[in-house]
Amino acid sequence: MISFLIQRFLQSILVILLVVSGTFLLMRLAPGSPFATERKLPPKVEQTLLEKYDLDGNLGNQFLSYWGNLLKGQLGYSTKFEGRSVVEILKQALPKSLLLGFFSLVVALGLGILLGSYAAMNHQSWRDWIAMFLAFAGISLPVFVIAPLVVLLLGMQFRIFPVAGWGTLAHMFLPVLCLGGYYAAYCSRLMRASMLEVLDKSYIRTARSKGLRELYVIYKHAFKNAVLPLVSYSGPLAAHLFTGSMIVEEFFKIPGMGSFFVNGVLNRDVFLVGGSVIVYCTLLLAMNLFVDLLYVALDKRIKLW
Amino acid sequence: MIVWKFAHILVLVVSSFCLLSCQKRTHAVDFIFLNGAEPQTIDPATLTGQLEGRIAKALFEGLYNYSPDGKVVPGVADSHTVSEDGLNYTFTIRQGVSWSNGEPVTAHDFEASWRRVLEPLTASKYAEILYFIDQAEAYNKGEINDFSLVGCKALDANTFQVRLHTPAAYFLELTAFSTYLPVHIQSVEKYGDAWIKPQHLICNGPFKMKNWFINDKIELEKNEHYWNKNTVRFNRIDALAVNSASTAINMYLTGQVDLILDKNLVPGMLMADLRQRHDIHIYDYLATFFLRFNVTRPHLKDPRVRKALALSVDKQEIVERITRGGEKAAHTLCPPGIPGYPLPEGLNHDPVQARELFAEAGYPDGKGFPRTEILFNKSELNEQIAVEVQSMWKKQLGIDVELRTQEWANYLYSMDHLDYDIARSSWIGDYVDPNTFLDCFVTGRGNNRTGWSHKTYDSLLLEASLTTDVNKRAILFQQAEQILVKESVAVLPVYHYVGVVFYDKERLGGFEPNLLAEHPFQHMYWKDSSQ
Repeated sequence: MISFLIQRFLQSILVILLVVSGTFLLMRLAPGSPFATERKLPPKVEQTLLEKYDLDGNLGNQFLSYWGNLLKGQLGYSTKFEGRSVVEILKQALPKSLLLGFFSLVVALGLGILLGSYAAMNHQSWRDWIAMFLAFAGISLPVFVIAPLVVLLLGMQFRIFPVAGWGTLAHMFLPVLCLGGYYAAYCSRLMRASMLEVLDKSYIRTARSKGLRELYVIYKHAFKNAVLPLVSYSGPLAAHLFTGSMIVEEFFKIPGMGSFFVNGVLNRDVFLVGGSVIVYCTLLLAMNLFVDLLYVALDKRIKLW
Repeated sequence: MIVWKFAHILVLVVSSFCLLSCQKRTHAVDFIFLNGAEPQTIDPATLTGQLEGRIAKALFEGLYNYSPDGKVVPGVADSHTVSEDGLNYTFTIRQGVSWSNGEPVTAHDFEASWRRVLEPLTASKYAEILYFIDQAEAYNKGEINDFSLVGCKALDANTFQVRLHTPAAYFLELTAFSTYLPVHIQSVEKYGDAWIKPQHLICNGPFKMKNWFINDKIELEKNEHYWNKNTVRFNRIDALAVNSASTAINMYLTGQVDLILDKNLVPGMLMADLRQRHDIHIYDYLATFFLRFNVTRPHLKDPRVRKALALSVDKQEIVERITRGGEKAAHTLCPPGIPGYPLPEGLNHDPVQARELFAEAGYPDGKGFPRTEILFNKSELNEQIAVEVQSMWKKQLGIDVELRTQEWANYLYSMDHLDYDIARSSWIGDYVDPNTFLDCFVTGRGNNRTGWSHKTYDSLLLEASLTTDVNKRAILFQQAEQILVKESVAVLPVYHYVGVVFYDKERLGGFEPNLLAEHPFQHMYWKDSSQ
């Protein structure tokens, strides 16, 4: 196992190295200066700023300088937000995205597993039909449609929850509902299909024929195997949710990672984007590793090492 | 069974969320406003945007300051004198003005702060606005290294003298502009770029910074060391960074915020309905939306072509059907309302003349007109306007114009490198004077971005900058603007912006519409003092 972990760690380093290098080069090759404003900057001012951030000279030197700083553990400074280091920005933004992502993941997986299992257990009944109608509705309605609807209803009409902002648990309810609810729909479809497949297996028929209670059969024999596809999906899903959704964060005014990453690209904020990519990659790789380990724990037949 | 258990838990969680959400907004905050996007900086020397300027003006006070109606009133300076030739200004620093740490604000602080703006290494993006000062441009460009040659000097702690290289009738107004605000130079030297962080920031304005949460809010609290602190009614103000129009209006309508200041935070699609509300306030604003012609393109070199294109755009239809916020159709680059400057005549909608000119230029019924594009940065409004102009040109001149959209950085790059045919643009005036618009199109200016050069235009603006006779100056500007928008048509003005703010006039006092959209918070107050 140790050798597996070391191997994965080295692979991860290589992936991060390649992705970050690619990001830097693409950002610097894209037309447009990180310091451009509607009022044109005098060339000398722009040059001074490029020098200040080590973004002057040829691309090779810029790249080496960037990697030199990364190896020293320095992610650099935002070219957009003056005096703000990337670490400082990520320190403020990441915990908010993580919190929002965590609750959304709980809702997505919790609701998805329940709804999917419920539909499979009541296969081809009106209960199955209703559960899958909800899932279809969830999948068909993207976040940018659901968000205004829940805001209109729960925020503006009934005034139960704040329509936007950050600071209290109440502020999180609507964004979590939108983000978690949307992915819950996917998860429930995945869970239903997998559960149906497992329920059709001979060992489940054997368990039932032994006269075991249906819930016991589901929980003890079917669930572990049925949940495996969802476990695979939850790795990238977690990474995606933890790093923030631009639409949800923007719509509910959550000061998380989402908008920094997208606006960073638009603003050519090369170091901020680089930092965000490192965080995203690390989370994605960590989550995938976690999922692999969980897979082994859930299914003893699988061997990773 | 499991489902029922889960349902119970869900009900419990939702109820506790509901209970939590019923709390009122933080009672310690007197006033919350939406300021637009996250400020890039609040350093007066390097900021460029209006939203950053708002925060900076709450934290720092210049020699002069803005009143609620946008006029300049004495700030740190309590008086000034001007020499007869209009070139020398002497300011007397008010007694008892201090920084938020209690140290006195002196004329030396202004000299050091203005010097910092002009230092090439500061890389001030707006240093140009100090170029009215004698030798400021040369110092900023590194042509001279001796700052004593620059026309701003602290004669003693209480006297600050400024020497302009040409008379500038609006110079007093400039002393209230963000770039002219003083900073606590010792903090800058000690903390570098980090001097603007709340834990280091020392300021001299009506408020000081309590906290700055990135992409969330800036908390301002009353500065007890402010010389005029008795007039400041709010103890705590929050400036929220919101750049989504729908979120902004939702927050306002549910009472989470008291004021929407940024006109970009008003959803265009809802404008027709929102205009019926009692708390929407629309007023003239010193800004114009226009199209630039890249005159280096062979087919756009001919002024007749540009004039024909301009004459065939029905601007009235654009403001009535697309912008719908009460904007005025623009026939000039300068917006109306600049005191002492009657706008010259521009080009009205005249498709017949447009077709004649187009035929004269060699394109009867649009035949043979080369492939042309309208470039714009991605936004719903820009797209709608571009589509409308495209259809007007097709209908009136018979030409097919293509649309090219680019994201912001790319769009600026294309404009800077003249990689466009016709581009959407806008300009916001820095001070209430035609010069702030017309100076952009002098040959070689960075913001010209058209390749256009006109000797008479340049000389008229130069002459205007040298005269102290206000009537003559206005005539010179009129003549220049006529060249720009009517004879040579380097730009095609489309509409003049309006300021759109939301606040309840019955509740909030000290807020007045004005051309520059200057709304100092130190003058605002709740009419019902119990709030």
